[in-house]
Amino acid sequence: MSSPHPVRPMERDMKTTLIPALILTASAASAEPLTIYAPDYFGSEWGPGPAIKTAFEAHCACEIEYVTGDLLPRLRLEGERTRADVMIGLNTDDAERARQTGLFADHGVDTRDLTMPIEWTDTTFVPFNWGQTAFMYDTARVETPPTSFAALLEAPDDLRIVIQDPRTSVSGLALALWMYAVFGEETEDAWAKLAPKITTVTRGWSESYGMFTEGEADMVLSYVTSEAYHIIAEEDLTKKAAIFDEGHYVMVETAAKLAGSDQPDLAQSFLDFVLTEAFQSIIPEGNWSMPAKLPADQLPEGFALLGKPEKAIIYPAPEAEALRETVVAAFEAGLAR
Amino acid sequence: MTLGVRIGVAVASVVAAALVVPLGAVAWRADGWDGLRPSDWGALRFTLGQAMVSAALSVLLAVPVARALARRRFAGRGAVILLLGAPFILPVIVAVLGLVAVFGRSGPVNTLLTAVGLEPVSIYGAHGVVLAHVFFNMPLATRLIVQGWQAIPGERLRLAASLGFTTRDTFRLLEWPMLRAVVPGVFLVIFLICTTSFAVALALGGGPNATTVELAIYEAFRFDFDLGRAAMLGALQLILGATAAVLSLRLALPSGFGAGQDRVVPRWDSQGWAVRMQDSVAIGLACAFLLLPVAIVLGDGIGHVTTLPAAVWWGALRSLVIAVAAALLTTSLALAMAIAATRPHGGWIEVAGTLSVAASPLVLGTGLFLLVLPVANPVVLALPVTLFVNVVLGLPFALRALIPAMRDLIRDYDRLSASLNLSGWAWLRLVGLPRLRRPLGFAAGLTAALAAGDLGVIALFASPDQATLPLVLYQLMGSYRMDEAKAAALLLIALSLGVFWLFERGSRDA
Repeated sequence: MSSPHPVRPMERDMKTTLIPALILTASAASAEPLTIYAPDYFGSEWGPGPAIKTAFEAHCACEIEYVTGDLLPRLRLEGERTRADVMIGLNTDDAERARQTGLFADHGVDTRDLTMPIEWTDTTFVPFNWGQTAFMYDTARVETPPTSFAALLEAPDDLRIVIQDPRTSVSGLALALWMYAVFGEETEDAWAKLAPKITTVTRGWSESYGMFTEGEADMVLSYVTSEAYHIIAEEDLTKKAAIFDEGHYVMVETAAKLAGSDQPDLAQSFLDFVLTEAFQSIIPEGNWSMPAKLPADQLPEGFALLGKPEKAIIYPAPEAEALRETVVAAFEAGLAR
Repeated sequence: MTLGVRIGVAVASVVAAALVVPLGAVAWRADGWDGLRPSDWGALRFTLGQAMVSAALSVLLAVPVARALARRRFAGRGAVILLLGAPFILPVIVAVLGLVAVFGRSGPVNTLLTAVGLEPVSIYGAHGVVLAHVFFNMPLATRLIVQGWQAIPGERLRLAASLGFTTRDTFRLLEWPMLRAVVPGVFLVIFLICTTSFAVALALGGGPNATTVELAIYEAFRFDFDLGRAAMLGALQLILGATAAVLSLRLALPSGFGAGQDRVVPRWDSQGWAVRMQDSVAIGLACAFLLLPVAIVLGDGIGHVTTLPAAVWWGALRSLVIAVAAALLTTSLALAMAIAATRPHGGWIEVAGTLSVAASPLVLGTGLFLLVLPVANPVVLALPVTLFVNVVLGLPFALRALIPAMRDLIRDYDRLSASLNLSGWAWLRLVGLPRLRRPLGFAAGLTAALAAGDLGVIALFASPDQATLPLVLYQLMGSYRMDEAKAAALLLIALSLGVFWLFERGSRDA
């Protein structure tokens, strides 16, 4: 593997960026930090968190404190007692269960004019980035990648694929939903057809992706935007996402504020910040995903080279939640055959 | 009851409580009790089956290696013994990549097989799970059994030589009794470790057929938020662990060699070329199996160590502090527990002290989180809680090193101590510590290494500026930085083996 030149999450100097006036209005200094629950990757030095913190703090005379970990279980353990003001990084497929806790308030943010391939009507969760699930392949090992999901199922059985477990990983769950959207009642058969090609199933994305870059697998379940990392950070054009005719499942990450926040105004101004350019421009290279509201011409150059799926598939949060058991059962039964 | 015994009983009670109370907290917080699913029983069968085979193989393979290491003297022996411990402290994700690099489709094993015209083998499946578990745990088994070998007094070996013992006689009359005393405990610990396996079992098991109980717990917790089911599965795991502990510790028989003067004597019975050859092969194969995967993965990281960002070094420092603190605490507590466990009616202490390996880390972490929540902000307590969990989880390993040695000590020196009226601190200073310094050093080193490498419960408690080295490693891997993650893994191994070496070395020179 070639060495990636270090990509700093973002330049810390964001002061020149235009910040809408509404953030400035909320800048009354508050002693207590704004507590944001975020996934581990988000708050880490290599995620988008630190740059977003800097950008927000530059204009609010306040402080952001990230608390990282497994968002939803943690929130459910804490219930009303949670210290969170804002929760960021929750996936749409998890959103319904989060909503059912009754701990969230409406976001009140204008979500028209987003740059997402799907419509957004959710009033609790503000989308901040999205990506499409895809199988990455290495051009050196896969010369003619499948161009549809149907073709993937018919591919020779010596094609080696690694995926994530839908029971333990959000991307794995997205795959299970994606397959259900494509194959409907025949999803279990589709899994059974895919089974001989599945080298293994891992708990999370990192294990799978490591096996792919180490050459153990020809294809790996990841995102269309994974390609951007290889293009921009490694100048490697051999890792590509296979684009399927049936369309790709969309995963949207969201932010929401807690109804019981003791700093509702500050939490609101953070939510208002989410769809601004200052925040959104951090996403492409900070999170290696698509910003929810940023015109294509403002994306980093390498993003223009990404494959563009023609169709976007997504189940709205309530539907995804209702289907979860069905699609996981299809995965288990199909692979057990 | 002496003070030592009383402390030991108190510690054991705290440990038992630390296993049961968090479980109770999770159960108490549960909304409903839907009971177990049919698939849970399948997971249970798979978990027990693979753990049994993994533990048996780890021990069986470790015996010849430990014997070879115990009776041979060669240049670099100390380094070999030290390095052989590496897989045991390797983060799971790195170990999986290492095994795949060696046994995967383009690894040296399959390249060799294809070259001689054989079918390549697949690492994925139940056998892959066992392979990985043996890879992880054979180092521990080897180290603990080497300890047993070194505890055979030199005088007995000298006597054996003067009686003209063959290798076989030595095995039957000296080595087999030693193994009877040591192996059941080693088997038990490894069996218990393997019952809580999850990510490795899934990745190398090849799919949902390799579902373990811990994965079912994770699913219940993460996706279904079914705390009742998580608690039930956690309790099931503990009950099975306790049953296994009681059964296997019954099998242990005291070796009864009597005291010696700690002479290291040559092994006159093992000078034949066939035996030498056999030992060389055992050591050579063990090195290849245990070190190749580590070397292949970490080799890529060497070039990136110097350019690692500051966050990684801070993580390393945090891990180091936790490791040293955990080692000192665990060893002191384990000493008290070992004193109490080897007295009459102390059997439950050994069981309680061993059982924490069988506790589901997820249930333990969640339970502690629930217990801490009403009292304090869990984030503030992240590092103390990590330390606490590491101490509890480190105890079984420390006890495995200490209890056999303590049994010998009591049998060989108790009457003399009693006749000299030595007890309390005087006993500890004049008899206990000098006689036990090797196993104590080993126990301290082992728990330090474990604590440095443990991700444990930090994931539930951490905030970004409290990340330990293993957590930083996962963060790097999660953001595509594979090479830097490997460099961090290299750092982690160096750190773990470093503290291990220092503690062990220190105890030898003391």
